[in-house]
Amino acid sequence: MTGRSGLSRRAWLAAVAAAAAGCDSQRPRTGFLGVMERWNERVQTWMFDPGRLAPDPGPGAVSPPGAFPVYYISRHLPVAPAGWALSVGGLVARPAVLSLEALMRMPRTDVRVRHHCVEGWSAVATWHGVRLRDLAEAVGADPRAEYVEFRSFDSGYYSSWDRASALHAQSIIAYGMNGEPLTPEHGAPVRFYAAVKLGYKMVKYLTAVNFLPVRTGGTWEDQGYEWFAGV
Amino acid sequence: MAANTDPRPRQPWPIRLTHWLVVPLLAVMAGSGLQVLVAYPDLGPRGEPYAWYPFPGTAPPGWARIGQWLAGGRHWHFAFAWFLILNGVFYVGYLAGSGEWRRRLFRPRRDARNAAATLAYYLRLRKAPPDQGLYNGLQRLAYTGALALGGLEVLTGLAIYKPVQLGWLAALFGGYDAARAIHLIGLALLVLFVIGHVLMVLLHPRTLADMVTGGRRDRA
Repeated sequence: MTGRSGLSRRAWLAAVAAAAAGCDSQRPRTGFLGVMERWNERVQTWMFDPGRLAPDPGPGAVSPPGAFPVYYISRHLPVAPAGWALSVGGLVARPAVLSLEALMRMPRTDVRVRHHCVEGWSAVATWHGVRLRDLAEAVGADPRAEYVEFRSFDSGYYSSWDRASALHAQSIIAYGMNGEPLTPEHGAPVRFYAAVKLGYKMVKYLTAVNFLPVRTGGTWEDQGYEWFAGV
Repeated sequence: MAANTDPRPRQPWPIRLTHWLVVPLLAVMAGSGLQVLVAYPDLGPRGEPYAWYPFPGTAPPGWARIGQWLAGGRHWHFAFAWFLILNGVFYVGYLAGSGEWRRRLFRPRRDARNAAATLAYYLRLRKAPPDQGLYNGLQRLAYTGALALGGLEVLTGLAIYKPVQLGWLAALFGGYDAARAIHLIGLALLVLFVIGHVLMVLLHPRTLADMVTGGRRDRA
């Protein structure tokens, strides 16, 4: 009995030491933590139900004016370059360059959902825009494009998504917030908004949406944050 | 000395294994969780913080954190959560399958009176401790409570990890922000349990030896 428990104690001590050796906090997507992230990504992909809608928390849950955090990585508030337009390309039959007016002529979708930030806070706003799935249909996105990449004029901030999450019914190219046009603080002219990912996946100040057969990274993902980041 | 009426050691090996595994696992989960808390050391949704929270804006101390930064803490937390769950499932499965739950878990009709008497003894309101077997009622209450807290931490953790895909679970706890608050309160209660547990072990060192060797097989 003692021999057996002695052995198992040594075994688990060794396992803990090995695991700790593979835990590099500065590069958490490598080593043992990286192995576990890939496992977690498979679990998250399996858990993701494309038909599940995030609930409407109701008008009373909308964050008070000014309480919804403002965030960008540039030193100064990013302002859209003159002649701004959104390019939609990659593996698509009809690449498009869309002005804000052209986007606003498309069918409008409104979503009021809770926003979940990687930092742990939540906030609520109502967002107005065009479903990416409608846009994907309009440009003829190839089914082989399993990923969608979003690029911005906020010092190159970008992120890539799995197609199913990007084309979720509550995933929109947003040009309005709480009944008003989107302000530069929140990503004007347009930002991506969705219910099914953490905030850092929802690229603001959009310049391009690319349907790609390969998965690219993202500004925060390249530094060590999770790529899937579903909620 | 009674005959060998109970062939089981006081602490069978699955109990000892899971007990000593949960020590580093809880430390890693608590430390990485506190590292995650640093990124937003407040409770409640933006613009409507919970007024009852006594430490708004206060980051947990550096010595209590694991992971160095938010992404590091999150990866540690989500990596080791699986091992905590596996350990817990194995422990509960063993308790159920072996019948050990009978002498370990708190059953109010059997243990409530004994727990109260033991508490009275510790508070010097009573001279002698009540009779007990492996554990007294108060121990059973504390260990069962700690196990329940572990379950609560897993469930509230899943709720804030997947507040949309597991929206029903988040709703059960009152929504994302409430589940996050309960997750932190659960940690605080677990820390209180650990402090009390270690103090009691210091007062009764033989229990520590039993948790290492298994202890005697017969009832003394």
